[in-house]
Amino acid sequence: MKKYFGELFTGAKSLIEGMIITIKAFFSPVVTVQYPREKNIIPDAYRGHVVMVLNEKTGEHKCIACGTCERACPSNCFKILTEKKEGEKKKTLTAFYLDFTKCSLCGICVESCPVGAIEYSNEYNLAGFTKEEFHYDLLKCLKETSC
Amino acid sequence: MDFIANLPPHFFRIPIALTLVISLVFINALIMVYLERKIAGHMQFRLGPMEVGWHGLLQTAIDAVKLMSKQLIVPDKAHTRLFRIAPLLAFTPAVLPFAVMPFAPNLQAVDINIGVIFIIAMASLNVMAIFVAGWASNNKYALLGAMRSVSQNIAYEIPVLLSLLSAVFVVGSFSLGDIVGYQGKIWLFIVQPLAFLIYFVSSVAETNRAPFDLPEAESELTAGFHTEYSGMAFALFFLGEYTEMFVVSSIATAVFLGGWHGFPLPFFEYSSVVWFLLKTYFLMFLMIWFRWTFPRVRFDQLLNFSWKYLIPFSLVNLLITAVVVKL
Ligand code: SF4
Ligand code: SF4
Repeated sequence: MKKYFGELFTGAKSLIEGMIITIKAFFSPVVTVQYPREKNIIPDAYRGHVVMVLNEKTGEHKCIACGTCERACPSNCFKILTEKKEGEKKKTLTAFYLDFTKCSLCGICVESCPVGAIEYSNEYNLAGFTKEEFHYDLLKCLKETSC
Repeated sequence: MDFIANLPPHFFRIPIALTLVISLVFINALIMVYLERKIAGHMQFRLGPMEVGWHGLLQTAIDAVKLMSKQLIVPDKAHTRLFRIAPLLAFTPAVLPFAVMPFAPNLQAVDINIGVIFIIAMASLNVMAIFVAGWASNNKYALLGAMRSVSQNIAYEIPVLLSLLSAVFVVGSFSLGDIVGYQGKIWLFIVQPLAFLIYFVSSVAETNRAPFDLPEAESELTAGFHTEYSGMAFALFFLGEYTEMFVVSSIATAVFLGGWHGFPLPFFEYSSVVWFLLKTYFLMFLMIWFRWTFPRVRFDQLLNFSWKYLIPFSLVNLLITAVVVKL
């Protein structure tokens, strides 16, 4: 007899507890992000594909075309084209290709650059139909502020 | 003109009432499906439908259009005629109880003197529809679902009847008009709290809704008795379920929660209908709340709960009521 009513009591109690939990959830704010209309805030440490850093003062990139990143990358993602102009001491950068399909986002390039010319972007909206869509010219990206 | 004037009043009353009732059934299903999705969403920190119409308001209407445009597939070895009849069987008895439902003092199609019994009889016809559907489908899941439904409904019909009977004892009439009229002074919910509780729990089981949704337990039986149904036939089962929800909630309102009684609202003339619908929808909200809180019970738990708790309790309650009424 004690067990009979005990079960009834504990059962009813647990049901009411459950209902309190769901009604609290009902009145609490939703966590859904309505994706194309709303976007999550991307944390600073997010690793998107590598981009070049803009030098605020000159309005140009900071790269000195040393090629360290090209050599450091374990997946051979970079291809750097340079040119030595008449009467200039240093080489100038003409193209900075990144093949993002091979990148593992390891970060060695960002670490190895002596002048801090490259960084991670926070680009996550990437989708495409061909591999070639992920071959970027970062120099162009910097100028057109798109990719 | 004489001919029309000589017709009995029911001749006009019933077709008008039925038209209103059928529109009510469809509108109720539209509203309830929308509310169910929205409430379910918010109980899980989601938003529910948002895309079609303002806050997804048109989602259910669009879904209904989709269901209508789908092909009605009859499985190869199914019993074709029974297979087609079953959805209609599920839908028709669900609509009929509205004929005796007292929505307001003057808004009741017919007040027959055995209203309560009529409603119970109609509500239990639903089981037959489920059984026919499960049998005719020639599918093991459908048959298992149908068998579960039958044993569940036998188990839960009894407490429903016994608890309503306690209310009928207090009032001394089977007519729903009389029962609501009696509650002008005091709601039966206060006189018969246990009967109300038992009625409400068993009626959730009667409507085959979670946590008692074993006949269509999707994790075990795909979709139970309506596994083989598609398109509008499926929609009729669905419609039947939501109508049944409305029916059991409005019986609870009429018998236990004072029906259309309530203090006058600003819309003075219609306030009784508003009260009736408010109470009914509150009970339906409770049902949705149950569904999104409780996990499905196991089959033995389901039957144990009815035979070991609900039926003895309602019998004792009935006995006490009978003694008190007699004294
Ligand atoms: S993150 Fe790693 S893999 Fe990607 S480009 Fe830089 S060095 Fe190469
Ligand atoms: S990005 Fe940095 S490491 Fe790479 S070539 Fe330019 S300066 Fe050198």
